Amino acid sequence: MQSFMLAGAVAIILLIFPTLYRMIAGPSVFDRIIGGNMIGTKATILLLFIGVLFQNVSMFVDISLAYALLNFIGTLAAAKYFQHRPSGDPPAGGAEKEEART
Amino acid sequence: MINVLTAVLIVAGILVLACGVIGILRLPDFYTRMHAAGKTDSLGAVLVLMGFALYSGQSLAFADLLVSLKILFIAVFIFIASPTATHAIMQTAIALGVKPWSKKEEKP
Repeated sequence: MQSFMLAGAVAIILLIFPTLYRMIAGPSVFDRIIGGNMIGTKATILLLFIGVLFQNVSMFVDISLAYALLNFIGTLAAAKYFQHRPSGDPPAGGAEKEEART
Repeated sequence: MINVLTAVLIVAGILVLACGVIGILRLPDFYTRMHAAGKTDSLGAVLVLMGFALYSGQSLAFADLLVSLKILFIAVFIFIASPTATHAIMQTAIALGVKPWSKKEEKP
């Protein structure tokens, strides 16, 4: 079972990298927020895999729970910020998106 | 028996997560990527977490059952919170006037 859990953890890590590509290269800022949200969900699962591998699930499940809560709060805060943004801040989503807005 | 059930649940969850990653890489615009990300994230994460809840609760000791209950709470929380976060980002994009991709446009 340990080697199965190790394989699962490696699979989750390999799934994080394409999401990281979308987070870095995504054309608009919302792609980046969604990429961050997906990486957070995968990190929540990865922490449980690490807990089983270290045979200490009762400690890692608390960290995982806190990570899930913080991921949700962070995504909501980013969405709220871009909806009511101060006018001096740099534009979201590139130049053509700003033209479509005005 | 419980180990086999755990393995089946975790492999199914990882496959669903892989489908979400393919969707977020391949689909043409922001709204369709959101369609891939929002659904697969909640379903895949809940499947994997149910597998972990079965695995850690199989000894039926009180502390292990408590850990299992916490994992199930994470599953319920993700099942509620992930669609809420997706909805909030979608609402922000619509309020900022991001246009959906249509068939006539070039794929970005």
